[in-house]
Amino acid sequence: MSALLEIDNVTLRFGGVVAVNQVSFNVEEGEVFALVGPNGAGKSTLFNLISRIYDPAEGDIRFDGESILGKAPHDIARLGIARTFQNIELFEQATVMQNLLVGRHRHRKSNMWTELAFTPFVRAEERRHREAIEKVIDFLDLQAYRDKYIAGLPYGVRKVVEMGRALAIEPRLLLLDEPASGLSVEETQDVAFWVEDIKKQMGITVLMVEHDMHLVSAVSDRVLALADGQMLSIGKPHEVQNDPRVIEAYIGVSDEKQEVPA
Amino acid sequence: MRTVFKTSYDADINLFRHGAQRGWYILLLVVMLVLPLGVSSFAIGEMTNLLIWSIACMGLMILVGQTGQASLGHAAFLAIGCYANVLLQERLGLPFILSFPLAGLIAGIAGALIARPMTKLHGIYLAIGTLAIAILVDDFIVIAAPLTNGVIGLFAPDIDIFGLSFNRYANPERLYYLILGITLLVVLAYRNLQRSPLGRSFAAIRDSEISAQAMGVNVARTKAVAFGISAGITGLAGALMGHFAGIFNNETFNIIISIQLLLAIVIGGLGTIHGAFFGAAVVALLPQAISMTRDLLNQVLGGGSIAIPGLESAIFGAILIAFILFEPSGIYGRWFKIRTYFELFPFYRRDMFRRQKSYLKTERMR
Repeated sequence: MSALLEIDNVTLRFGGVVAVNQVSFNVEEGEVFALVGPNGAGKSTLFNLISRIYDPAEGDIRFDGESILGKAPHDIARLGIARTFQNIELFEQATVMQNLLVGRHRHRKSNMWTELAFTPFVRAEERRHREAIEKVIDFLDLQAYRDKYIAGLPYGVRKVVEMGRALAIEPRLLLLDEPASGLSVEETQDVAFWVEDIKKQMGITVLMVEHDMHLVSAVSDRVLALADGQMLSIGKPHEVQNDPRVIEAYIGVSDEKQEVPA
Repeated sequence: MRTVFKTSYDADINLFRHGAQRGWYILLLVVMLVLPLGVSSFAIGEMTNLLIWSIACMGLMILVGQTGQASLGHAAFLAIGCYANVLLQERLGLPFILSFPLAGLIAGIAGALIARPMTKLHGIYLAIGTLAIAILVDDFIVIAAPLTNGVIGLFAPDIDIFGLSFNRYANPERLYYLILGITLLVVLAYRNLQRSPLGRSFAAIRDSEISAQAMGVNVARTKAVAFGISAGITGLAGALMGHFAGIFNNETFNIIISIQLLLAIVIGGLGTIHGAFFGAAVVALLPQAISMTRDLLNQVLGGGSIAIPGLESAIFGAILIAFILFEPSGIYGRWFKIRTYFELFPFYRRDMFRRQKSYLKTERMR
């Protein structure tokens, strides 16, 4: 069985800066895969490459065995790849419900004319979308915020709504860009439980960028550490955490150590 | 404060949130229906004008308020709708009942075609681009004189539906009812849009293009559709304006009209159907209000009738500045706050709407 997502020798340059340098890894179906690394390591850039916001200079990205490099950015959701954003990108002037319903856009079957006339078919579709949303609302405990406008919601709730919107797509692969950044300890624990359940109950593969190493080691099956666009280490969370190259990238190496001949 | 207990998804989907709301709108409709019985035919003409402007404002509102794309060129679509409607009747002999929807369709297709290159632009650049479209259409009408009669202009025939004639002067009530019916259809289409996936994808593009894209919304195509629907509805309003004015030329739909339309929806309240009507009321009724006030002042002060050139534009501009400074969410926003104040009395807080963004966001990360 081939991997769900294959990043094959991908390189991306911004002018003279190599943001991602010959990165290759596979995300297997049904696993939680975490990307870690200091700021500027290229984690979010990798997400934007998968979302087709950037074109790689070299290499290939395959989803379910097929290259996605020929796809338009809006086709990615249709393939079954959903994502969240590091700096929340919700639709602020809309309610939570409407935000989640936009996530259902991939499942839209009506067209402009039937919607302008609001035919019974469109109504039936709307009910169906809302039933699907209901599962997400239940799962993430968003009942209280259903008809609230995003603009008035606290940060932690917005973070959850964004995850919900991605789940509403009913994806096969979920990209979470720092799901726990800015959250309290309790909220981070919630995220850990949710990620577990997304994997186990919903059978959705998760690829996430996260700085919180507790969360990463608690939920992820495999971890890839990046620094300056280079792959440092890949493997089980504890293996990567104890890899000297990873420690060096995060903390640096003291001068005395460097003088000792290896 | 009314709490709506939703017992089915239809409560979210239905046109009205609850029975009382439906009651109020039915009452409004009844008032609109019996209006011709109680007021002069001059007032009916003014109301008809207001309704036509409301349609035009709703057209632009879909683009600016719903999708977040600026347009300073919507007079172009008024012109396209107006000319297409009359030319289809005069040259091809089509009846109004065919030429009118076709005029909307032609304006809509024109809008969608123009949108393809236009929507690559954002914010101020888009505004300038659409402004150029308005100028181009104005010039094109002059150049295509054999078809459009250039600066001399065209006469719009009376609207004729199955032998029934609609003339502003001969039977103003009949024209009023016709246009009221068309307005209702446009409002219904607008509401349907708001509660369906397409309308939500418009709002998604308005608030964050990048995440709309990540949700599978084809941004370029959806913007073109928004332009198309917007231009189509504006074209319908243009066709009605032509019939209402009776005679029109390239000057009828000049840039000032584009700007007035945009100002109207800002004053009315962006993003709402109510806003389109409030804004249309300001634009359509302001000239009359000014002249009536002037007459009154002249009577009281005993002076002769003094007409001040440019007074209307000046007052219009002053109203706009006042709204942008003090109530960016427009007349509807103010109305909503007053209503909430009474609904919650005495628990309304001054900062209740603080956290809601008041300006339209068109300059976000894409």
